[in-house]
Amino acid sequence: MLTPAYIAQQFINALNMGSIYALVAIGLTVVYGILRLINFAHGDMMTLGAYLGLAVLTALALPAWAALLIPMLVVGALGVLIERLAYRPLRGAPEVAMLITSLAISSLIQNGATMTLTAQPRPVRLPAELTQRVDVLGVNFAVMDVVIVGLAVALMIALTLFVQRTTLGIAMRACSENVRVTQLMGVDVNRVIAVAFAISAGLAAVAGVLWSGKFGLVDPFTGFVPGLKAFVAAVIGGIGNIPGAMLGGYLLGFAEVFFVAFTPPEVSGYRDAFVFVLLLVVLLVRPTGLLGAREVNRA
Amino acid sequence: MKRFAPLMLIVVVMGLAGLAQSALNDYYQRVLSVIAINIILAVSLNLTNGYSGDFSLGHAAFMAIGAYASAILTLPARAKAVAMPDLPPWLAQAELPFIVAALVGAGLAALVAFLVGIPVLRLRGHYLAVATLGLMVIVQVVALNWQPVTRGARGISGLPPFTTPLWAYGWMLVAVAVIWRIVHSPLGRAMMAVREDELAAACRGVSVFRTRLLAFVCGALFASIAGALWAHLITAITPSSFSFLITFNVVAMVVIGGAGSISGSVIGAVLMTLLPELLRRVETTLAIGGQPLYGLSQIVIALMMLAVMLFRPQGLMGRRELPDVLGGRVGAQRAPSPAPAEAAGEA
Amino acid sequence: MLSVQDLHVYYGRIHALKGISLQVSAGEIVALIGSNGAGKTTTLTTLSGLLRPREGRILFEGHDLTHLPAHQIVRLGVVHCPEGRQVFARLSVIENLRLAAAHRADRDGVARDLERVYALFPILAERRGQYAGTLSGGEQQMLAIGRALMSRPRLLLLDEPSLGLAPMVVETIFRVIEALRRDGVTILLVEQNAYQALRLADRAYVMETGYIKASGPARALADDPAVKAAYLGG
Ligand SMILES: Nc1ncnc2c1ncn2[C@@H]1O[C@H](COP(=O)(O)OP(=O)(O)O)[C@@H](O)[C@H]1O
Ligand SMILES: [Mg+2]
Repeated sequence: MLTPAYIAQQFINALNMGSIYALVAIGLTVVYGILRLINFAHGDMMTLGAYLGLAVLTALALPAWAALLIPMLVVGALGVLIERLAYRPLRGAPEVAMLITSLAISSLIQNGATMTLTAQPRPVRLPAELTQRVDVLGVNFAVMDVVIVGLAVALMIALTLFVQRTTLGIAMRACSENVRVTQLMGVDVNRVIAVAFAISAGLAAVAGVLWSGKFGLVDPFTGFVPGLKAFVAAVIGGIGNIPGAMLGGYLLGFAEVFFVAFTPPEVSGYRDAFVFVLLLVVLLVRPTGLLGAREVNRA
Repeated sequence: MKRFAPLMLIVVVMGLAGLAQSALNDYYQRVLSVIAINIILAVSLNLTNGYSGDFSLGHAAFMAIGAYASAILTLPARAKAVAMPDLPPWLAQAELPFIVAALVGAGLAALVAFLVGIPVLRLRGHYLAVATLGLMVIVQVVALNWQPVTRGARGISGLPPFTTPLWAYGWMLVAVAVIWRIVHSPLGRAMMAVREDELAAACRGVSVFRTRLLAFVCGALFASIAGALWAHLITAITPSSFSFLITFNVVAMVVIGGAGSISGSVIGAVLMTLLPELLRRVETTLAIGGQPLYGLSQIVIALMMLAVMLFRPQGLMGRRELPDVLGGRVGAQRAPSPAPAEAAGEA
Repeated sequence: MLSVQDLHVYYGRIHALKGISLQVSAGEIVALIGSNGAGKTTTLTTLSGLLRPREGRILFEGHDLTHLPAHQIVRLGVVHCPEGRQVFARLSVIENLRLAAAHRADRDGVARDLERVYALFPILAERRGQYAGTLSGGEQQMLAIGRALMSRPRLLLLDEPSLGLAPMVVETIFRVIEALRRDGVTILLVEQNAYQALRLADRAYVMETGYIKASGPARALADDPAVKAAYLGG
């Protein structure tokens, strides 16, 4: 069973999952870094992205790239709108107020989707050129696998350049250190926060499209558990830290896929439990995560 | 008069519960029992989320532990031999009385909370939110995969229908009384001191970590009791019975009622039980394009929560208790709200 | 230039400023002195818009700052260099400086100001690529002042720039403050080091428990026996 080809296949699978977790974890970490908000509605942005992508492919019959771009833009804008309406009025309120609000928004999206689209999972059929399988040195994978990893890496490079090179990116990093002092620099913090939400929701939407494409299904709860797991990834990497979220995403992807691949079936059913046990272990051993140096214990 | 008020309350509640049990039909008895169960859930969640300031989302997990424990321990041995042939003998033989089974489950839940609380409560309170949600996933996954004991996705059915209004309201009174006592004891004041200002509390000699852990464990204990009551009310449980939905609704009860007020949680629980019950009829009768509006009641709850956070973040009751509001002086002196150290008016 | 009228500021129930009024004219250095907890930092934080007064008005060159967002106050030329340096530890020196100029459109002016900051504090030029968190306390204070200059202040609010620094560094900082005055920057200087502050300033206000206790020309205050006794160590 443990042939090199099998291991290679699992490796590709892990890269896939890791790419998606990384995209989702970045969004959580960016928002957490600035607002100290654990955004429970983040996974639902994935769900919305997946539905939108499906609609673009089927109802509008547009090509695949549009099924990525349109959800990214629309859901990104929605993220900004939600921040404006629901989170901004709560600035300065106890941290838990925004957390509760994000729970309510999550429930709103899940049940809104249930009411309008039903809870029935919908099949997502990718264009043939994406599902086509390729065989390289005995390792068999779909074109979609390459697209997922390539796209995720490209987006992460773009984001890194943005955060490192542009003044808006510098302002974002400054905000995640100290929002008050950033204002003293003449920076309009509301604009920075809006950008952070746009990036966060936009990346989650792309991740949602990729996820539903990979698994071929979308339902109102598609993003919920991956969203939670991405939080685990963000904590592993060091919450608030963008490279940490990327690293955590891939680590989680590999841990999860290899857990399933190399354990007997009676055990591999425990995969989601394994992920959260991992969270507890990280919190116990190194609560700041791998790359997070600050926010030791409670601030 | 003041001394006898609690006693009178107990007599009245139990009297009414007894009356309901003999006079009302099954449906109303069930709704009444669900209200009591929800009160237990809300009041116990309030201990962490309202009083000690740690935001737990683990109530469904602890309910599940209580429900499964009680189900397995009370199911007749004959039934178990058929449904769960692979059960270890000591479990297969066990036929405990309801109250003992519920208590065993509560002990188990408290133990789990203790073990999870130790790593998680070292961190800022809202890490607890994700970790406890993770705990819910873990418990669900275990219930789904531990076939010999839980029967996996098939769940356990045919449970003895022990839960009557008398049982439900009896436990509810115990939960409310115990938690009321805790909140009005030195421990409760320590919890609130921790919530207001952890550093200051530590300076005054409060053991911050132990206090938060105790609140969490205590909340888990009563959640488990509620789970046992629930199992023997519905008489069938599956892993998906204890989903995030339940946690979310209990959070809604606490938030809408007013985190930091026991009577607030009671009011929240009553409202949040009756409202969806009414809306559920709307969901199936009011249909758009022939399609029932499943999800409508949850949407209404979510919107209510959003509205509360925006316009009345302290919830209906804030940190006051019903006696303060109704009786003025009587409760006012006991109202356990230290001067809130409000955040500075920030830009 | 700056006119503050009857400012009342609260932290929750704590009444921190109980009716502060003060004036700063263009080109002046005005010192704000007083013991720990008097309300000096609170005054500056309110001027820069991070705290809101419950009562009172803040006027700057005809603009009402009282309800203006903090970032717009900066853009009008009122720049606050906060207590305790507060540089962004995980941004590099140059990023700290660039950030403070990000709202400016005059690229040439920004480049010139950067040169000026490097001329005032050559060590910052040397360390431009380093994380600010790795700088020494004195270097961080230089960066904090340099950063404030990058926002092109017309009125600079300086909060305890000498706090906790070695005497040599304190010298440098005060020399730079004098240089800034020569360049026409108006300065409101908060100091616990009252002796130094009064030597440098044209006028001064003395604060105590949320009130202005005394005000006048810096010389006169430095000679006032009461002020001497309370703040100048005899
Ligand atoms: N964030 C805060 N919350 C509550 N009280 C504060 C806060 N900051 C300052 N204070 C109080 O306001 C008063 C003035 O403080 P501050 O302006 O920092 O004084 P100074 O800068 O003159 O030392 C002090 O009594 C202080 O305790
Ligand atoms: Mg000060």
